[in-house]
Amino acid sequence: MDLFLNILVDGVAYGMILFMIAVGLSVTMGLMRVVNLAHGGFALIGGTLAHWAAQDLGLGYWAGLAVALAGTMAIALPLERVIYRRIYGFGELQQVLATIGLTFLMIATVNLWQGSALLTIGLPEGLNRVVDLGFRTLPAHRLAVIAAGALVALGLWALLDKTRFGIRLRAAVDNRDIASSLGIDTGLIYMATFALGAGLAALGGVLGAELLPIDAYYPLRYMVLFLIVVAVGGMGSIAGSFAAALGLGLLETAARYLAPDLATLTFLGLVTLLLVIRPNGLLGRV
Amino acid sequence: MRFLPLVFVALAAAAFFVFPYDLAFLTRILIMIVLVLSVDLILGYAGVPTLGQAAMYGAGAYAAGLFAIHVWADPVAGLIIGGLAGAALAFVSGLIVMRTHGLTAIMLTIAVAQICLEIANRARDITGGAEGLRGIRMEPVLGLFAFDFIGQTGYWYALIVVCVVFAALAVIGRAPFGMSLRGIHESRDRMLAIGAPVYWRLVLAYTLGGAVAGIGGALAAQITQLVSLETLSFTLSAEALIMLILGGTGRLYGAVIGTVLFMTVHHLAAANDPFNWLFVIGGMVLAMVFFLPSGLISLGHALKGGRK
Repeated sequence: MDLFLNILVDGVAYGMILFMIAVGLSVTMGLMRVVNLAHGGFALIGGTLAHWAAQDLGLGYWAGLAVALAGTMAIALPLERVIYRRIYGFGELQQVLATIGLTFLMIATVNLWQGSALLTIGLPEGLNRVVDLGFRTLPAHRLAVIAAGALVALGLWALLDKTRFGIRLRAAVDNRDIASSLGIDTGLIYMATFALGAGLAALGGVLGAELLPIDAYYPLRYMVLFLIVVAVGGMGSIAGSFAAALGLGLLETAARYLAPDLATLTFLGLVTLLLVIRPNGLLGRV
Repeated sequence: MRFLPLVFVALAAAAFFVFPYDLAFLTRILIMIVLVLSVDLILGYAGVPTLGQAAMYGAGAYAAGLFAIHVWADPVAGLIIGGLAGAALAFVSGLIVMRTHGLTAIMLTIAVAQICLEIANRARDITGGAEGLRGIRMEPVLGLFAFDFIGQTGYWYALIVVCVVFAALAVIGRAPFGMSLRGIHESRDRMLAIGAPVYWRLVLAYTLGGAVAGIGGALAAQITQLVSLETLSFTLSAEALIMLILGGTGRLYGAVIGTVLFMTVHHLAAANDPFNWLFVIGGMVLAMVFFLPSGLISLGHALKGGRK
């Protein structure tokens, strides 16, 4: 029973982290048709800024998180304007090359600024303890991550389903040309969505630093993991990303607990199987 | 353009005499060219993107290494074994990968390579695990040319393999099979409409690419006398793809130019500044995409004033 609960809590927390980072990637890939390999770079930028603000400046965890979110979005906006806007028009291969070049530059910048060591973000008192549920105890950090993930999912759902921006965004994902011919300012939507995705990646990067430790090579190390979430969820589908992230998070955590030696093989094998059965992802459009 | 391959061979031969102290590095470039050529067959000819070519490269390397240790240390036989291992793995995984396309296909190629990496990592008794496969001692090439300490034999051996692979791929590219691959690349639907067995052509192309990559891996195993887990890594697959796109896809010599450029810049930048060389690589890659989107092979065209 304990084991089961551990798997559940750790798996869901891990899944929420994957969701926060991958959802922006999924939406930008669905919306802008860009293979954005640099997306993990935004989680790295967020983590680095948080480390800098929390440890170097001594502002603490929450201020670090705020700096990370604001800073990453402030970097993402001009980047979208100057670089990505041109990349949209490229062929697929050129997109791969351009975004991997960007990733290299992000890594090199962080490496130059903070070195290649592990960038820790010390947890505050409130998160670094265990919560007593009466019948058992759980680490507060995991619960906070799960709560944050659920809030993000709810917020995104409300944003997309209940607001005018959401309607326009969905229209643009469905058919960019028609959306723009109906007078929707797709350029603005791209920019806002891109910044939002980058901000969420930063949030996931900082909150998930305990599970996916941050150093300069973070974007390359976890690039495949994030892409797997997008592919399994289905490009451009937020619900799909959520289901895929939670499912894969639980799957990998369960495999690690139950069969540590075969965990990676089990994970990859099942992912392969899933992609063969559902080539467009769980909830992807055909 | 007809004599371009000869220019390459002449340059490679000249490099042997001009940089006698860098033979190990030059040989690494040659081995990498074989891998990048295999990606060009799959991506450039057939239009199927792959980020998992290291799977076949590593399979060839381990197969050739194990064959040399346990069965027969003849280099040419080892190349054949490596090629067969790469082809076998590519055929089996190609049956799955070619059913899908786009992101899913790319992810499947990555997954296959990661699975191979994990197996090689776990099967420590056979592969040496993280320590690498050691103790490969090759017999002389064709019984005549022994591998020497400085790597002279290795260099010529690798150069000849590159030439043979290049020529074979050039012939395939002009053969009806290569033409049908280009047809599939241009328009899958039309090829289907005229009755071409698109799926099996793609599987065959993937298998051939796997054989070439396996030969490259076998070459690496024989010359460096070591097979490490890195031969199966995602980084290797990604770098091969970057080099190909840098050079330009679909025309073979793009693979050669891209590999030479990337590895030379990488080598020099890393030697000059071991900490910040990634700036140079990232900057070069970005600049290339923005100024020469079709790769280095379009440089002449761009200089003549016609940008596409």
